[in-house]
Amino acid sequence: MNAAPGFLAVALLCAALGAWGQASEVARPDPVVEKRLKGLAEELRCLVCQNQTIADSNAPLAQDLRREIRTQISQGRTDSDIRAYMVQRYGDFVLYRPPFNAATALLWGGPAVLLVAGMVVLVLTVRRRKVPVDRPAGTKGGRKIQALLEDDA
Amino acid sequence: MKFAIPFALFAVLVAFFAVGLTRDPREVPSPYIGKPAPAFQLEHLHAPQQSFKPQDMHGKVWLLNVWASWCASCRVEHPLLVEMDRRKVAPIVGLNYKDKREDALPWLQRFGNPYVLSVHDLDGRVGIDYGVYGAPETFVIDKQGIIRYKHIGPITPEALDKVILPLIRSLNA
Repeated sequence: MNAAPGFLAVALLCAALGAWGQASEVARPDPVVEKRLKGLAEELRCLVCQNQTIADSNAPLAQDLRREIRTQISQGRTDSDIRAYMVQRYGDFVLYRPPFNAATALLWGGPAVLLVAGMVVLVLTVRRRKVPVDRPAGTKGGRKIQALLEDDA
Repeated sequence: MKFAIPFALFAVLVAFFAVGLTRDPREVPSPYIGKPAPAFQLEHLHAPQQSFKPQDMHGKVWLLNVWASWCASCRVEHPLLVEMDRRKVAPIVGLNYKDKREDALPWLQRFGNPYVLSVHDLDGRVGIDYGVYGAPETFVIDKQGIIRYKHIGPITPEALDKVILPLIRSLNA
């Protein structure tokens, strides 16, 4: 694929720029706005550097989206308004905490299903193992075991 | 027999991975498919005194292609767009995304201009409204202004022949 080198370059650039930090993005940051921005941006995925949040990434798109979120905060939009704005444009994929629906049922329910399945397997295995050990002394097998144990002593 | 269950689990895992490998995580499905193209009004790239809005294309099947002179993959895609223009596939409107006029205009001069017109989205706001996250991106928009398809990344000859051309033909029918 001819897109691969470009992708690698973008990934490296994202990593490098991310480490740089974003100290000087606005001239006079308003602490209240910045705090809300941080809360929102930490749960939104940067579409360019997909494993970074919009808060962490310094990709141009993430910068633009932070600018957009700042503008909307100062216009008095609520957090859920802003999240809806993002989902409208980029889909549920932009949310690091996607809503529960048919497409995400396996994502949300999968771990619980696996846990229950694991416990069922565990219980069944342990139960099956117990059977020969608990054989009462009066049965044929029990006597055999007894005989062997005494033989050994 | 003893290994039937672990083997079955392994087979399921392999099946999941096999499907996963055929998918591109960078292709995010657009929530706009089947929805009206977001409205905007932007200056023409060549004639700043004129403006364009998507309603101007009402009644036509057209393509909106996001490009920029700084975008390396756009150069890869460009010859195919020029070819599409030559074959009169459909009118292509360029969305010149976060680019400077003085960079964009010479770029078109050098590589050819396949666009009926380009609009100038300097701050990338319209790009955000269209959910653009990596140029080039191409939207196929029908006569009623509904987005029918989005291609992310450079259009390949294969995607053109197998998806885009048949779609344009059926929308024009």
